[in-house]
Amino acid sequence: MNANGKAAIADLVLSHPFFVGVDPTLVAAMSSKAEERTYEVGDMLVREGKPAEEFFLVFEGKIALEVGASDHPGITVETIGRGEILGWSWLVSPHRWRFDARAIKPTRVVAINAAAARYALAAHPAFGYHFLMKLLPVIADRLENTRVQLMDIHGG
Amino acid sequence: MAADTLYPFGRPHGAASLAAHPYAPRPFVVRGRTQETVDTVTLQLSAQMAGDHLSFRGGQFNMVYVFGVGESAISISGDAGHPEELVHTVRAVGKVTNALAALKAGAVVGIRGPYGRGWPLDSARGRDVVIVAGGLGLPPLRPILYDIFRQREAFGRVEIIYGARTPKDLVFYDEVQTWRQRTDLRIQTTVDAAGREWYGDVGVVTTRIPDSRFDPPNTTAFICGPEIMMKLTAQALTQRGVPTDAIWLSMERNMKCALGFCGHCQYGPSFVCRDGPVLPYRTLALLLAFKEV
Repeated sequence: MNANGKAAIADLVLSHPFFVGVDPTLVAAMSSKAEERTYEVGDMLVREGKPAEEFFLVFEGKIALEVGASDHPGITVETIGRGEILGWSWLVSPHRWRFDARAIKPTRVVAINAAAARYALAAHPAFGYHFLMKLLPVIADRLENTRVQLMDIHGG
Repeated sequence: MAADTLYPFGRPHGAASLAAHPYAPRPFVVRGRTQETVDTVTLQLSAQMAGDHLSFRGGQFNMVYVFGVGESAISISGDAGHPEELVHTVRAVGKVTNALAALKAGAVVGIRGPYGRGWPLDSARGRDVVIVAGGLGLPPLRPILYDIFRQREAFGRVEIIYGARTPKDLVFYDEVQTWRQRTDLRIQTTVDAAGREWYGDVGVVTTRIPDSRFDPPNTTAFICGPEIMMKLTAQALTQRGVPTDAIWLSMERNMKCALGFCGHCQYGPSFVCRDGPVLPYRTLALLLAFKEV
């Protein structure tokens, strides 16, 4: 990718709600190996058990997180859409996906290379802290939503 | 006893005078029956006696009597603009509701009502409206959707957020699909879990609120579903900036007399049958914080 292409991707990353307010220089470092991708309905973004070598910023579409087994059809446990971030397995050892992720609407994302991202976070601890402080509420929200889901609030 | 205590929204029309006693049911005939889900049916009823229409406001309920079995409070889920057809959606969970769900066309039931305070739709005029339903919470909200459709220009943006356990638990599924064709209405449907045949959202209704497009300070919210769902939804809407006095909940309690006499449905200072079932979140927020009230 040339310099113009890298700058365009960095601008795109900066326009995502997750990165609002983050230092552009550090975003550029983190997204040095990022790329924009599109997925059609049914395309798999990640597969359970495979190395988590990237994470995704969702700009359009919808992605289903699925869990399944050889004797069980996949069950969608959550959907992720525009403005959200998909994946933190790349930050947590052993860096393998815990779910399948499948596009259920035409989807446009920016995929950020995990190794480059981890390097940027480690090389710039203040940025790393800021990044984790942005990611933590996302994780906390999803944990809370999962707890509420377990309460069967729609069934009553 | 003053008549307006028995019928706070006006006495029933026509031959209702035959049923002047507050506990006397009026005969209604089952004209149609729709199986919504494995345990939920919608019954279309009409008065056995010509002209004995039952006028109502969305959010009100009737006491529905299966002769020889018993009586149950059921919200009205039809169109107030067509009072000649009375519609009730029933989930078979107990003796009376199992009997109701098993009724076939031609069966006769007893109806008392309508009772209670309905949705204050007039308070939403000129404002955005968000309607949040959980599970069997959609039927009591359905009448105000018809009211809104009839006078759509009187409201701003209108959004529906509808959640259920699974896709198979969604009621009025086909009708919701037709609502989706409207350009003046936004619908988000979500379920707790789904198979690969489902292309909608998965997650609780509260997760859809951040993606909503209403203007929070200028929004009125109508919520119906299990209490825990209503509590969490009201909190999420408040956090988003919707004023607490513009959020309305439909409470469900054990209604017996439906006239505000017996006290079975008491919830804090209110009798839900008389003062509700639709109540303002402003007055409920504190009570909802307590368990087993």
